[in-house]
Amino acid sequence: MEAVIIGVGLHPFGRFGGKSAMDMAADAVRAALADAGVSWPQVRAGFVGSLEVYNPDAVIGRLGLTGVPLRGVFNGCATAGTALSMAARAIETGEHDLTIAIGMDKHPRGAFAADPSVAGLPSWYGQTGLFLTTHFFGMKINRYMHDHGITHQTLAMVAAKNFRNASANENAWRRTPLSVADILASPVLNYPLRQFMYCGPDEGAGAVVLCRADQAHKYAGRPVRVRACTLRSRRIGAFELQSPSLPAGEHAPSPTVDASREAYEIAGIGPQDVAVAQLQDTDAGSEIIHMAENGLCKDGEQERLIADGETGIGGSLPVNTDGGLIGNGEPIGASGLRQIHELVRQLRGTAGARQVPGEPAVGYAHLYGAPGVSAVTILST
Amino acid sequence: MTGSRQIPVAEGLFTWPSDEPQLIGAQCASCRLVGFPAGPACQRCGGTEATERLLPGRGTLWTFTTQDFRPPSPPYDGADTAATFQPYALGYVELSGEVMVEARLTESDPARLSIGQPMRLAIVPYSVSPDGTEIMTFAFAPVIGEA
Repeated sequence: MEAVIIGVGLHPFGRFGGKSAMDMAADAVRAALADAGVSWPQVRAGFVGSLEVYNPDAVIGRLGLTGVPLRGVFNGCATAGTALSMAARAIETGEHDLTIAIGMDKHPRGAFAADPSVAGLPSWYGQTGLFLTTHFFGMKINRYMHDHGITHQTLAMVAAKNFRNASANENAWRRTPLSVADILASPVLNYPLRQFMYCGPDEGAGAVVLCRADQAHKYAGRPVRVRACTLRSRRIGAFELQSPSLPAGEHAPSPTVDASREAYEIAGIGPQDVAVAQLQDTDAGSEIIHMAENGLCKDGEQERLIADGETGIGGSLPVNTDGGLIGNGEPIGASGLRQIHELVRQLRGTAGARQVPGEPAVGYAHLYGAPGVSAVTILST
Repeated sequence: MTGSRQIPVAEGLFTWPSDEPQLIGAQCASCRLVGFPAGPACQRCGGTEATERLLPGRGTLWTFTTQDFRPPSPPYDGADTAATFQPYALGYVELSGEVMVEARLTESDPARLSIGQPMRLAIVPYSVSPDGTEIMTFAFAPVIGEA
C-alpha cells in the first residue's frame, strides 16, 4: 500500500531563547495534525529524530499519553530522512494506517564539537585539529573546482540565491538578502569557502503526517505521494568526511549517488522529471556538487546553470526554494522535514511568494552528512 | 623547563626521530588494502589481521583547504587561544598511488599551494605543554623546485 503525506508542520528555524526543542516539536506536530485534519489519538506510530535531545520520544508528554509506539531514530544529518522513511514504510508494509515523522533540535552556537571516539577515530585526530566536518567541504569543493571549472563567483551566487529565497520565507532564519559582493567579502573559514557560504547550527522542529493512499480522502490535507525513500552509507573509495586515510586509485561515488540512483529506480521517475529540489547545502560548494551527484546536471554544467539563474525559483531547475540550510540553518533532527514541508507546499501550489510556476509535479529531497551517509526522498502529486 | 624536549602526539603514528620519517600504516592480510593509521579492522573487507606497512615519505597533493578558525577545544589541544590561533592548511596527499593520507600542511597560504604539487613528510610541533615540551605531529611540506 502506498503512503501519502497528508499534513506538514514546521516550527520556524533560528534562535528562540529559552524555548525547548521539545516545545518546538510539539508546536510542529500540532501544526501538522491541523494541516492533515487529524487528532493526536488517531496516530498509530511515530518516528522521532534529534541529536541534542536524549529522549525525543518524550514529546508525547506534550501531545497526550496515548500509548502509541514512538521510536527514536538518528542518522546524523540524514536523520529526518530515516524518520520519514520509517513512517512511510510502516504504512507500505500494512503495519499501520496513519503515522508521523518528527524531528527537533536546539544546537549550541559554533562548529559541532565532539570527541573523535564517537566516530571510532583515535584521540590524536581531534587533538591536532583534524576532527571537524567543515574542512572536508572545503577540500571536496576545492578539488571539484579544479576538476570541473567551477569559480569562486559561482559559490557566492549559490549562497546569494539561498539568502534571497529565505527572505521570502517567514519560517527562515537568515532573512536578510546578501549580495555576491557581500558574500565574497566575508572571511574565509576553509578555503575556498567563506563565512556566508556556510550554514550554521540552530534550532527548530518539523513534523509530517502520513496515511494509506486509499484512506487519504478521509482527511483534510491534499495528499502528496511518497514515491521513494532511500538511505545509503559510504563505500570504500568514496571521498568522505572523517577519513584519516583513503585508498588511492580506487574511487567510488558518494553515497549520495547511490541513494539517488536507487530512489529514481524505485520511483520510476528520472532526474529530468524533477520540478523542484531541496539539496543538502551545508555550504555553497555542497549544493553545486550535489546537483550533479543527484543526477540533476552533469559535472561542470553548474557554472552555466547558476550564471543563467536556472536554479532560482523561476528557473528550469529550482533548488532550495525555501533558502535551504544556508538560509534556515541546520537543526539536525528537523532539517530534512523542513525540506519535505517545502516540497509539499510546492506540490500543493501553496508556497506563496516562493511558488515554483507551472504546477510542479515531482519534488526531490536530499540529505548528506557524517560519517558519509545520504538520504533521498522523491515525492509527487 | 626543558625547552628542547619533544614528544609525539601518539605512539605508533610515525617513525621518529629520523632524517627520513615515515608514517606507520597497515596492510590488510586478507585483501591487501593499505590504510593509515593502523586500525582495529580493514575498511574494505573488515579483516582484523594486518601487517605493519611504512608509507612512502613523498607524494602529491590531491586536494587542500585551510583552517582559518580555531577548532573546538576539546578535542583540539593546541596551546593557542582564539586570539593567538594561527591558521593552518590541511589536505590529502597521495602516496605512490597506494593511499591518500589526511594531514596538516606546513604551508598555510592557499595561494602557495596547488593540486598535484609534490609534498614530503615532516614531523612538526603543533602544541606545547606547560613545561615547555613540544607536542609533535605529522605534516606535509611542499617540495620546492621539483614541480
